Amino acid sequence: MDAQNLTQWIFDTLTGLGLLCLAWMALASSQLIKAIVLFVAFGLLMALTWVRLDAVDIALAEVAIGAGLTGALLLAALAKLTAVQTATSKAAHRSPKDRAARKLYRMPAALLLLVAAGLAYSVLSLPLNSRGLSIEVGANLDASGVGNPVTAVLLNFRGYDTLLEIFVLFLALLGVWSLGSLPPHRIEPAGPVLNTLVVVLAPLLILLAAYFLWAGAHGPGGAFQAGATLGAAGVLLQLAGWKPGPGFARLPWKLILLAGPALFILFALFTLVTGQHLLEYAPERAGILILLLETGATFSIGLTLAALFFGERPDDAEGR
Amino acid sequence: MQTLHFMLAMLLLLTLGAGLWRAVRGPTAADRMLAVQVFGTTAVTITLLLSQAFGDATLRDVAVMIAVLAAVTAVAFVQRAWLE
Amino acid sequence: MTLGNYIAAPLLVSGVVFFLAGSAGLLRFPDVYTRLHSLTKSDNVGLGLIVAGLAVQAESWFVVGKLLLVWLLVLLAGASVANLITKGAMQRGIKMWTPKI
Repeated sequence: MDAQNLTQWIFDTLTGLGLLCLAWMALASSQLIKAIVLFVAFGLLMALTWVRLDAVDIALAEVAIGAGLTGALLLAALAKLTAVQTATSKAAHRSPKDRAARKLYRMPAALLLLVAAGLAYSVLSLPLNSRGLSIEVGANLDASGVGNPVTAVLLNFRGYDTLLEIFVLFLALLGVWSLGSLPPHRIEPAGPVLNTLVVVLAPLLILLAAYFLWAGAHGPGGAFQAGATLGAAGVLLQLAGWKPGPGFARLPWKLILLAGPALFILFALFTLVTGQHLLEYAPERAGILILLLETGATFSIGLTLAALFFGERPDDAEGR
Repeated sequence: MQTLHFMLAMLLLLTLGAGLWRAVRGPTAADRMLAVQVFGTTAVTITLLLSQAFGDATLRDVAVMIAVLAAVTAVAFVQRAWLE
Repeated sequence: MTLGNYIAAPLLVSGVVFFLAGSAGLLRFPDVYTRLHSLTKSDNVGLGLIVAGLAVQAESWFVVGKLLLVWLLVLLAGASVANLITKGAMQRGIKMWTPKI
């Protein structure tokens, strides 16, 4: 092996081992805050792995959603958890294992091992160096309306999957909202340093979201990455002490939340009504349709993620 | 030259390991928060080096994303995760 | 090796040296406050040197601008977060390390 291959091999092995280590430590740690830190580290290392695997779009999404926003959501949950249980240090620890509980773990553990074995078998029996469908995607790329094959697959060839994903996100928000209002918890007031950081960073995040939305047509980017960046801006504003006021319970904001799912449904119905297959775009209009869909999805995803961080309906919050 | 970038990126994995050690061992919550900051900065640097090593200009966008999102996550830790 | 490579290589290597020094500080310093010093100062200088080394080899001024943007963002975020962590740590009474003479 020459020097370059050897360094690549070492890098990949270290990253792979690091991923396994981090996953185990994150799940097995006794303090929840330690688990969250390790989870964020896992997300970042996973993003590096996607970069090594030449999947830049997924790396962007992993950093934005997997490492950043999921970490923030877990932290918000931890803060509210310790507010609900009186804040002793025990609230942030896992409950101690006892013998009866340990016996219960055997069956799910055996089931998981079976699933892992099945997955390993199916992955190992895949043909090596398989191109998958990349040749067909490349051949039809011109008809799809965009230059980035990932966006073409997500928004055009498999637009149905993306429709379902957007609805899953919407359902998650409905689920969180249906849990009712939260007990009041203490929020640190923001000092001048945090205010300055937010003043600089929040507009930059909005600009970055627009960039990723535009860049998704011909390079890595797209609706999910742009939406996650917008969501990060919303999270940052809330961290600086800004609370969504009662105005956010009104109709225009709810319409923005619905923009992504509604646009997908409208397009789907339109294509069905005019006699085509579901979500089949005419090639000359595909580009502009995809841009419209992605814009609506970006706004929806951003607002949904920020609302998930807030945790309760603005209607319920305004009563306090 | 490409090998140099790659080997430097590998050395930076050691910094990630140091941050990990601090995250696992750090006696106070503040130590774990600064570990998050280390992860962010180191991941940005590794990604920038990899973008030059592979000649992939789009990886710089990943570096920008990591920089801003790690900032938001670190602020989330400080504002929300301090347990009294 | 072109002239650009001759300039870039020492910048890159010294940047990584600063990073490794910062992580040594992260492991060895006795309390949170000193560890924050090593983290913010030497990691950011390391990133600056690496950005300088990459900028020398960049294809266009646009790329140089992007690299500078990344460095400035990391500087801003690192400094603010370090300040916030220190303020929180002092408010919660985490003691500073005193040398035993």
